[in-house]
Amino acid sequence: MHRGGWVIALTFVVALMLTVLPLPQWAALWRPPWVALVLIYWCMAVPQRVGIAVAFVMGLCLDVLSGSALMGQHGLALVIVAYITHRLHLRVRVFAPWQQGISIFVVILLYQAVVLWLHGMQGHAAPGSAVLTVALSAMVLWPWVFVMLRDLRRRYEVN
Amino acid sequence: MLKHSTKRPFFRGSPINVRLSLFAAACIALMYVDHRFAHLSTVRSTLATALYPIQYSVHLPIRTAAWARESFSSHSALLEQNRRLMEQLRLTEVRIEKMEILEAENTRLRELLDSSTKVADRVLIAELLSVDLEPFSRRIVLNKGANHGVTDGQSLIDAYGLIGQVIHTAPLTSTALLITDPNHALPVQINRTGLRGIAVGTGTANGLELRHIPNNEDVRVGDLVVTSGLGGRFPRGYPVGRVNSVGRDSARPFASVRVRPRAQLERNREVLLVWPGDKLQNPNIGDDGNSGYSTVFGSPSWNKHRSDKQKRTSKRL
Repeated sequence: MHRGGWVIALTFVVALMLTVLPLPQWAALWRPPWVALVLIYWCMAVPQRVGIAVAFVMGLCLDVLSGSALMGQHGLALVIVAYITHRLHLRVRVFAPWQQGISIFVVILLYQAVVLWLHGMQGHAAPGSAVLTVALSAMVLWPWVFVMLRDLRRRYEVN
Repeated sequence: MLKHSTKRPFFRGSPINVRLSLFAAACIALMYVDHRFAHLSTVRSTLATALYPIQYSVHLPIRTAAWARESFSSHSALLEQNRRLMEQLRLTEVRIEKMEILEAENTRLRELLDSSTKVADRVLIAELLSVDLEPFSRRIVLNKGANHGVTDGQSLIDAYGLIGQVIHTAPLTSTALLITDPNHALPVQINRTGLRGIAVGTGTANGLELRHIPNNEDVRVGDLVVTSGLGGRFPRGYPVGRVNSVGRDSARPFASVRVRPRAQLERNREVLLVWPGDKLQNPNIGDDGNSGYSTVFGSPSWNKHRSDKQKRTSKRL
């Protein structure tokens, strides 16, 4: 029997809140993609529960919250992230958290590239470095995100 | 096991591949539909309402901190601020008095000419929700929505000039596009000469560009740019900004004219939503006198339509 669905939901809500938390202009470029990180964790930990469908729904929420011009922009990027994580989760799961960070770096690089590409198609030019800064901060923060979510999962026995 | 999986024809795929293609296709279809048609606005506003608690719970602590700073500020600082505001108010009152005389004269002259008079615009104060949207696009979220009578396409001003227009409304919130967004174009005219043009956002915090201004046209640095009201979306005569630089290159067909917006686009907490004059007769907006609506440029031709109760509560700006 599945347990702890509310823990998963709660972590996603917190991730959404962190995504819209106002930051100064320079820091906003370094804001990690919280929803993508939480999604990657749950895709790795409980792939039978959190997958592409969840990614799609979270993408819609992210579109509405962050005022994207088109619905589905973030959905597409998150669906791709969920797919890659599903494919790799057995391999990445056994790495140490900082080693996982390197895989996360690559995945977030792709995620951010898709997001900015769809953004650029609507005429919003983003500096190329924006892809890198976001992926770097995701890589640095991943070990902490991972340990925190793992403790939550063990404490509330989410499976 | 391995042999089995390699022997499977690739097009059949495992469920995860099928789901990937399914949902990716759904996303692309959504984007297409959202781009071409307006069917998704109800979905968007429903989702926005459901997610409003998230925005509000981010907004609330920041708002509370600002409130605490205000309420614990010292007596002398408040007195000082009060004195300064009173001074400012007096100056503004004098200016408004002059303006009213001019306006009455304007109305009279227009009646003589038998042309339509300018009707009052109604405004509602909205507050920005302290939430960040996507970087690189110029959008803001307001704490007033369809329940307060906000509609798509409505213009937004502050004390200094035009800010932008509403692009999505949800029952409790609305999203607005700033005039500096690269997707935003604004019909304007230069106040001094009456020259009309289109001001397009550049995506930077402080820049608009006047497009298609011929090289030999009389445009000077410092000229005031106001909305022309053409296109019917923005009310006429609101200040937009001042001409910042004029680049004339005879090799190019048009001059490059940059305009610096007068509104404090990046700093405002409060903005005013404007209902253009001709929508005032709409009965379902602001029927109760206590809704906090106010009028700007109130002219006699409009005020006589309102009931006494509304007259008392409507403030002049």
